[in-house]
Amino acid sequence: MISIIDYGLGNIGAFLNMYKRMNVPAKAVRTADELADATRIVLPGVGAFDHAMDLLDRSGMRPLLEEKVVGDKVPVVGICVGMQILADTSEEGQGRGLGWVPGTVRHFRSMPTPHDLPLPHMGWNDVAPTNDGGLFKGLEQDARFYFLHSFYYEPADPADSAASASYGAAFACAVRRDNVWGVQFHPEKSHHFGAMLLKNFAEL
Amino acid sequence: MLRPRIIPCLLIHEGGLVKTVGFKDPKYVGDPVNAVKIFNEKESDELVVLDIDATVNGVEPDFAVIAHLAAECRMPLCYGGGVRTAAQAKRIIGLGVEKVAISAAAIERPELISEIAAEIGSQSVVVVIDVRKKMMGGPEVRTHNGKKAHKLDPVAFAQEAVRLGAGEIVVNSIDLDGTMKGYDLKLARRIRDAVRVPVTFLGGAGSLADIEALIREVGVVGASAGSLFVFKGAYRAVLINYPNPDTKEQMVRAALAA
Repeated sequence: MISIIDYGLGNIGAFLNMYKRMNVPAKAVRTADELADATRIVLPGVGAFDHAMDLLDRSGMRPLLEEKVVGDKVPVVGICVGMQILADTSEEGQGRGLGWVPGTVRHFRSMPTPHDLPLPHMGWNDVAPTNDGGLFKGLEQDARFYFLHSFYYEPADPADSAASASYGAAFACAVRRDNVWGVQFHPEKSHHFGAMLLKNFAEL
Repeated sequence: MLRPRIIPCLLIHEGGLVKTVGFKDPKYVGDPVNAVKIFNEKESDELVVLDIDATVNGVEPDFAVIAHLAAECRMPLCYGGGVRTAAQAKRIIGLGVEKVAISAAAIERPELISEIAAEIGSQSVVVVIDVRKKMMGGPEVRTHNGKKAHKLDPVAFAQEAVRLGAGEIVVNSIDLDGTMKGYDLKLARRIRDAVRVPVTFLGGAGSLADIEALIREVGVVGASAGSLFVFKGAYRAVLINYPNPDTKEQMVRAALAA
């Protein structure tokens, strides 16, 4: 069962609707008990880094989530801030992230070569998959997704970048290490491109 | 390449979808949920839904309607109309809406922008500025469907809104609303140059050529339209429409190459 972590952040309904349209069983989970039978995990999120970690801690699901992802190697994909909290730290907050894909989250204005493009990075941008482990299958030639963010992921090991996009400069808009994926954009709001990515995740 | 956003703007009045001219004479054009379903199929870049009754009637946003629209919407959705508190904005985001638009309440009490940004993040806070040209002189900010004038310069207010935490500015021309004569390119240029957040222009688009002209003038921005996406032909027959992906891509590339 695909389990969508409902810890009070992100558009849970949009994910459920997408999977329902594909006839793929999925459910929202709010407690550790409900998470127990997860074979795929979607970790959504919007808003601020510390707030997301705080809510995840308070949900009571974190210990089992760690056990499933780190111990049992259950595939997980973090979305938007749900991706950013896969990192160790963020310039947006003081607290620690999950640290499943080592790296840090930076503000666009602290890119090595700063640009003065409008922020947030908002709208449809091209995505170039690299070392994606099949998440972008069928999207190698044309992948466009909807972005809405001012912070971006900088993986400690460049090999953990699963796809890149460009806004002023190239950045990792998807990361992957083993069974852990993260995407900065919103597949649940990216029409057929997003549907394909979520379908791929279900079939990994 | 980040693309300009081409955005249908849907107005809700007495539960139905309407289109106005000069912010007046709402004409019924259909059912909002049905329109959302059509724009899903057409894969529109985003959708803006504005309830034009809530503020003038002094009522709360209709959360049940918003929840219904958000559940149907498979593209990013921006809702506006009657939002006066950070708690309301948070509740709307919780319903599955990506962005919340505020206008009258932000003009009357600009700190509201910061309060909402603290609750839902700047990236989801949209400030809509309705603009009308004065009889003599430049443009001024209006609210309450254009009826209430404020002694505010739209460019200065846009900058103030961004300073307080707005993540996007939408500029809506009252004079051009429903006229399908093209955008106010001069005002678009002034706003675009004044702020470093995404900006979206609404009011006046009558054809894809008008959108192309806007992008040519101000680059990667949001180009929103009402009439263009709900009417077809000289007699304004109601037909929900949106450019197909190839046409849109060609137009965008041509406009940005210039």
